[in-house]
Amino acid sequence: MTASTRLRAPTVALSCRGLKVAFRGREVLCGVDLELGAGEWLGLIGPNGAGKSTLLRSIAGLVAYDGTVALTDGRVPSARDLSLVPQTPLWPSGMTVAEYVLLGRTAHLSWLASESRSDRQVVASVLRRLSLEDFAERLVTNLSGGEAQRVVLARALAQQTRIILLDEPTSALDLGHQSAVLELVDELRRSDGLTVIAAMHDLSTAARFADRLVLINEGRLVADGEPDSVLDAGLLSSVYATQLTVRRLDSEIVVLPAPRTHRKHLDDQTGDRRTNDNSHDGNRQEST
Amino acid sequence: MARRLGDETLRLGTSGVEWAADRAFRLSAAVVLSAFAVLAAIGMLSATSGAAGLPVAGVIEAVFAQLPVLGVESSLSARQESILFQIRLPRLVLGMLVGGSLGMAGAAYQGVFRNALADPYLLGVSAGAGFGAVLAIGFGLDLGWGPFGAVPAAAFIGALLAVSASAAIARSSGSAPATLLLGGVAMAALFAAAQTYALQQLSETRAREVLSWLFGQLNTSGWGQVWILGPYVLVCGLFLMTHRRHLDVLRVGDDEARSLGLNPSRVRFGIIAASSLLTAAAVSVSGLIAFVGLVVPHIVRILVGHSYRVIVPLSALTGAAFLAFVDVGARTVVAPSELPIGVITSFVGAPFFVFVLWRGNATTT
Repeated sequence: MTASTRLRAPTVALSCRGLKVAFRGREVLCGVDLELGAGEWLGLIGPNGAGKSTLLRSIAGLVAYDGTVALTDGRVPSARDLSLVPQTPLWPSGMTVAEYVLLGRTAHLSWLASESRSDRQVVASVLRRLSLEDFAERLVTNLSGGEAQRVVLARALAQQTRIILLDEPTSALDLGHQSAVLELVDELRRSDGLTVIAAMHDLSTAARFADRLVLINEGRLVADGEPDSVLDAGLLSSVYATQLTVRRLDSEIVVLPAPRTHRKHLDDQTGDRRTNDNSHDGNRQEST
Repeated sequence: MARRLGDETLRLGTSGVEWAADRAFRLSAAVVLSAFAVLAAIGMLSATSGAAGLPVAGVIEAVFAQLPVLGVESSLSARQESILFQIRLPRLVLGMLVGGSLGMAGAAYQGVFRNALADPYLLGVSAGAGFGAVLAIGFGLDLGWGPFGAVPAAAFIGALLAVSASAAIARSSGSAPATLLLGGVAMAALFAAAQTYALQQLSETRAREVLSWLFGQLNTSGWGQVWILGPYVLVCGLFLMTHRRHLDVLRVGDDEARSLGLNPSRVRFGIIAASSLLTAAAVSVSGLIAFVGLVVPHIVRILVGHSYRVIVPLSALTGAAFLAFVDVGARTVVAPSELPIGVITSFVGAPFFVFVLWRGNATTT
């Protein structure tokens, strides 16, 4: 049983050439070239509306594009080659976790067939793998944020693809659940030789998990390389149009907004900046 | 039997996860058997009620006597037998086929549109089919062979026009569940007007004939209508049964469905075509019967859950039972006269529609 569910060694890499996407005449991606090594964790970073999600969605074949997206053998990737963990999944009412994960087998079924015993075994072993045994019969609408995230991940794993795309997978989770989910993805990547492309909001988290970062701005690739080289304070500050500083704590890279003057005074007056300031404080505490 | 034994060993030999994974999306045999039992009970009620009383035992004997191998003798008189086989049973079977068609088509429409308010009548499909059929009947188009005549064909064209227009209206003006229904209402009004115009062009006797058919009725003599509808039910029913798995995938939305490897447009096209053909065939033989496609899948959903693998077949069985039951009322409430069956389903369906709106679960497909 494990033999059928364990993924084979990665040989598949992906490349995008001159990828262009336009919505209603407005270019969202203007010619992106990207090579993806097998087994790599590639982090896509960039401000809101830079084109991170669009890049992921065009690789997944969900939006029409010009240019090419191809696997090493030249094929356009299908749902058997890559799975997508959406940013805000749609949760059907009355569906159990086991049923939801079973949907991940869709690409492996012929048009008129229904799931075989081995498809169901894949689901069982994926659920066990992600410690979701006790949730199998639960309704997907009754899950907490962290549980829900693991369930979507389980569905993607049931798809048994070598490449997995994550669209800001943890934006709805608190810090503890965020790193738990990403650690899990990383562990699966190492054990199964998965290739991961993740659009990530938080730059420090991106630096922690990704082997390689790609910075996108206004539909163009601005920087591509190891976190060390891409996370440059000057570059980031100009792309995000705000003053950012990059610090090194032990071996980790942390990106922070520049210290504000009259901080105390502003805190008292602007309640709507509260959440922003909280995360700021969180980072501060880590550093002391 | 082998299937059940397999389930038992799986349940005993492995843990809860395997069992849960094995149960996912499965239709339990007990539920199907209960549905058939209800259907049989209603069938018996229908066969025995009416002006001429037929005994239950006599009906069972007479039906089994049709199979010579069983060696059962019918105890009914010749007159009773002809009432049973020439009047009651054809009407019962026709009611079941129409109800099953509408229930199944309603479930399928709700699935492809991800909208629990979808129904052949509310989408304007019935009105479109009705207009097509009125044209064909009213102007005496009597072409075709067997069940593949001008009336169902014209009804199918009308049905497809209506559903495509409703869907296009919904797509162009936002995806709120109500928009689809508003598109349907607009189409229904348009086709009803066209129908009235067409009726005016007919002679008075012809118009009266078409009009009484239009109200929705199961008045028949003999098995003719059953033979017309039967093949459509068989083909479209088989299509919907084999494609119902895709409706469960569509429940996560088009984007996710595509990333899971399903082509939503292809699924939608096939299922809408099959449901519309089924509706058109039902409308051609029985006129406009409203709300069956709305009420039935909802009841099924409340009783046995949200998976379309379960909803599609059970909506067919429940729809068949529902319409057969309503028809008993239509025949007996104002006896010796008769109520059009469409009037009764609307009396039941309209408050139910309000109830669905009130519960606010229009999108919980």
